[in-house]
Amino acid sequence: MTEVKKTAAGGAISRRTALKGLAAAGATGAGLGAMPGFVPYIQAQSSAPIKVGFQVHRTGIGAAYGRWYDRTTLAAADLINEMGGINGRPVEIVAEDDGTDPKRGAEVVEKFASQLGCDVGFGTLFSHVVMGSAPRAGELKLPYFVVSEGHHVASGALNRWTIQPGICDVKSQVLAMAPFVSKNLGKKATMIFPDYAFGHDHRDFFTAAMEAQGAEVIKHIAIPPTETSYSKYFPQIPRETEVLYHVMVGPGVLTFVKELGEFFGPSHPPIFGFLDSLEAVDLNSPGLEFLDGTYFWEGMPRYLQSDAPDPVKFYRDRVGVDDNGASASDPKDVSTFAHMFGCWETLFVMKKGMEAAGYQTTADRQKLIEAVEAMEEMPFGDEHPQGRKVFNGKTHQVFGPQYISKVEGGKLVVQAETTAEDSFYPDEVDYTTQSF
Amino acid sequence: MTGAAKPVGLHALVLAILLALHFVLPDYHHGVLARVLTLATFALGYNLMFGYTGLLSLGHALFFAAGLYGLGMPMQHLGWSAEVALPFGIAFAALLATGVGALALRTQGVAFMIVTLMFAQAGFLTLLYFNEFTRGDEGFVIAQEARSLFGISLADADARYIAALILFAVAMIATLILVRSPAGRVLVAIRENEERARMLGYDVARYKLLAIVASGAMCGAAGAAYGLLFGYVGATFASVQYSILPLLWVLLGGAGTVLGPLIGTAFMTYLIDLGSGLTDAYMLLAGAALVLLTLFAPAGLLGEVRKRWAGWLP
Repeated sequence: MTEVKKTAAGGAISRRTALKGLAAAGATGAGLGAMPGFVPYIQAQSSAPIKVGFQVHRTGIGAAYGRWYDRTTLAAADLINEMGGINGRPVEIVAEDDGTDPKRGAEVVEKFASQLGCDVGFGTLFSHVVMGSAPRAGELKLPYFVVSEGHHVASGALNRWTIQPGICDVKSQVLAMAPFVSKNLGKKATMIFPDYAFGHDHRDFFTAAMEAQGAEVIKHIAIPPTETSYSKYFPQIPRETEVLYHVMVGPGVLTFVKELGEFFGPSHPPIFGFLDSLEAVDLNSPGLEFLDGTYFWEGMPRYLQSDAPDPVKFYRDRVGVDDNGASASDPKDVSTFAHMFGCWETLFVMKKGMEAAGYQTTADRQKLIEAVEAMEEMPFGDEHPQGRKVFNGKTHQVFGPQYISKVEGGKLVVQAETTAEDSFYPDEVDYTTQSF
Repeated sequence: MTGAAKPVGLHALVLAILLALHFVLPDYHHGVLARVLTLATFALGYNLMFGYTGLLSLGHALFFAAGLYGLGMPMQHLGWSAEVALPFGIAFAALLATGVGALALRTQGVAFMIVTLMFAQAGFLTLLYFNEFTRGDEGFVIAQEARSLFGISLADADARYIAALILFAVAMIATLILVRSPAGRVLVAIRENEERARMLGYDVARYKLLAIVASGAMCGAAGAAYGLLFGYVGATFASVQYSILPLLWVLLGGAGTVLGPLIGTAFMTYLIDLGSGLTDAYMLLAGAALVLLTLFAPAGLLGEVRKRWAGWLP
């Protein structure tokens, strides 16, 4: 807390004055010092590590993602340290589980900023945790680098301290998919999506994007998030459906896709899904055979493609992912490959931002945000293995390529790749006009 | 000290300590305690119904969320100021509690638990269903500049702590007054033996409804304050998890004690916070602590103190 404000109960004695007085009197001795938060905060020295507070979903609905976000983050941090760190200082990842819960998420952000002396907050995926945590990050003036995919940053709902430079948002992903779906798979789509904010973003943005292509969504089927059995929803799919669009998240995804296959049997309309429906799930699981010939959006191709360039191979090796997108040490441990690259790329954006800002201490946090806001082109390479990106400093959102893959012989084979420009949409906010 | 002086003195001392902590706590613990005070108000509301009246509800997330959304929705969509939205949120929660109470009180025991749970689930799913307005599970952020009361920004750490302390103090004093009043003693009588209270001529249904409405209003105040102080409104707070948590906080601290909810909330918060710094299995630590407390201090921390050493504790 850098600002002293007189409060109703505070009178002439401020918190800072009282704390200083106590320190001078040695009153913060052994008893208080035993608790972590009572250790006097020391400004980072030039040789001290840069602390990245990693808000990780180790428990709760996001645990499968969290496990792989964790591995990817540590791999990127190791590489950065091998490269000499940031401004000559090593990077230290300070990870804390947020339980995929917005209240706990806010507490973790407070811990990073006020107790653990972190330079930045980083890595949050689930939108509700981002929404719950971002206000506190803004108040504590902690640069908060989210890897969430949500449209919340670019929509203007958050604040200048919250930024998403390593993964594209749902709106841009969906906009980039609609032309392929309408031209190649069908003009009358039925959408199946989870009945909450993430699914509604898909519903709203894809419906509008299809209309812009001269196609239409003829039926929306929303599935409650508490649902465990999905068969009863499938009879709602109209007969005239030319393409079925699905997206699902959470522990029920495998059941959802299996039951979809059981419902259709051998004949089904063209199916286009977001790989969220099968993240961390083996595509060759029993019951998923019907997916052969169907299409998926991928943030980054899970299976190593025959023409994969070197940066992609380098990234996969460093993270420890085999050719099928599973852990190199355990083929049954399938990754969340379509999303986790965001952690890798975000850390490198952070590195570049800190270098541009000459970042030394937490007093330079504002300069860091301004340096990232000034970024634009992010060329494909080891630091951006998912593809070339364009960052929009006004909306704090990055734009990049999207991949459309087809299931062939139990593997996803890339059929098309869109560019960053394909996913552009008009700015909805200009964070640079907001004060710090 | 007279019979009344001891409890009054103790509770005044607790408030004085909480005020003193405002000046000496480091930033992190200062922020944590502000949140604990807000959630302890939620637990105080729960305690009024469960600890003092013996009504075990599994649906109090509904009232917390009613206050949260009762404040947040008008601020977000209608541009209401916090001065207007805050009492509205509390009133909305009280109104909802009246309706839920009128229906749920037709049941007893396990059926009451299930009915309250179902009401809360209905509320949770309603928030998800009307996602267009509520933003469902993702929720929405209340803009920092809107979060001020009478010109004082509650996004400021000092103001937030003082506001949370005032909220808790008002709820605690109200609870203290209520439970020491004739009406409060009737609530305890209902908890101890409902039939006997009825035979003595008390309108048991009316008193129970009073407890539910007061409890709902207090929980709603906590929810509205949470939105205002921490800037986030989301459906997670209406989920079943937030119906179970106040029950745990109250059981840990001591059901039917005025200070128990504060102790239980603080204990659980720090248990998770410190535990998560030691191991990823921090919920296992929390679970083990709960089992141990249930075995060795079934009346809760303050409940055991009252049972063993301080029978005068209200």
